[in-house]
Amino acid sequence: MTKQYLIDYTLQLADNALILAQRNSEWCGHGPVLEQDIAISNISLDLIGQARNFYQYAATLIGGNATEDSLAYLRDAIDFKNNLISEILNGDWAQTVLRQFLVSTYQFYLYDALQKSPDQQLAAIAEKALKEVTYHVRWSSEWVIRLGDGTSESKQRIEKALEEIWPYTGELFIPVQHETDAVTAGIGVDPKMIEENWKQKVSTVFSEATLTLPPQNIWMHTGGKNGIHTEYLGYILAEMQFMQRAYPSAEW
Amino acid sequence: MSNTEWPLWEVFIRSKQGLDHKHAGSLHAADAQMAIENARDVYTRRMEGVSIWVVESKYIHASNPTEAGELYDPANDKAYRHPTFYNLPDEVKHM
Repeated sequence: MTKQYLIDYTLQLADNALILAQRNSEWCGHGPVLEQDIAISNISLDLIGQARNFYQYAATLIGGNATEDSLAYLRDAIDFKNNLISEILNGDWAQTVLRQFLVSTYQFYLYDALQKSPDQQLAAIAEKALKEVTYHVRWSSEWVIRLGDGTSESKQRIEKALEEIWPYTGELFIPVQHETDAVTAGIGVDPKMIEENWKQKVSTVFSEATLTLPPQNIWMHTGGKNGIHTEYLGYILAEMQFMQRAYPSAEW
Repeated sequence: MSNTEWPLWEVFIRSKQGLDHKHAGSLHAADAQMAIENARDVYTRRMEGVSIWVVESKYIHASNPTEAGELYDPANDKAYRHPTFYNLPDEVKHM
């Protein structure tokens, strides 16, 4: 009998990647320039690849008829465990790249620690994903610096983005029950352990971008990891899951 | 943001087996670092390369096609410049 916390923990990793991938894919065909359109779509594809690996593992843990597809396309919003930051709107390019930077930096330290997990599947997926995420951090941090230390308009846009997104960063580091259980079992990564590194990296990039870190202890949104989502997730799932819902078991 | 505000760059990619960088295409980017990353995303996503060069297109100087006659035609009747008219001594190996 597989422990429920391990299934939930794996699904959380998968959902974080899939929902952000789905969000970023909205830029496909709409990027500010062709080259960046391809860049953000590449990041989406990397994230979908990570999500698939985690879903496949979760499906074997769950057993029965569960597959990566049933987990991605046949669960409802309340079953999704992604952080809220993955599902909030893309906004403009500044908001998209800033969110990517904050999430990729989180994923970087998370995967870096997870690759030492005694759970060999999770460790292997994390190790493979880390290279991709390393590039995502590089790409997104350069955009944050470009916009922050750019023109007065780009600065104003990324400052507005920061105001919008920052209240969703706290959730990353507030453990929920299945995370705590996974940490206690020695398998998961304690989010508190990576918070310092994350803050350090963020403030380094922000200082190069001439951005000010928001004040400590501002109110943070939570709930995503427990299935309590913003109104946006429903719309994402409606679009993402439409085909499987309308034509069950359709393949191509 | 308009495409034309960013300068054009020429991209050269060295493949795993190749020794030399080959021209892969061109793209727009704000500076050299972005050009390399754009090249990575546009031209190496199907495992085409292990090394990237970029150069701003304005720094590439090209020969003029209308001067092709004087530049290249004189070589047409100088087959003796190909090293195929020499008898190689048997002692010389690896030629």
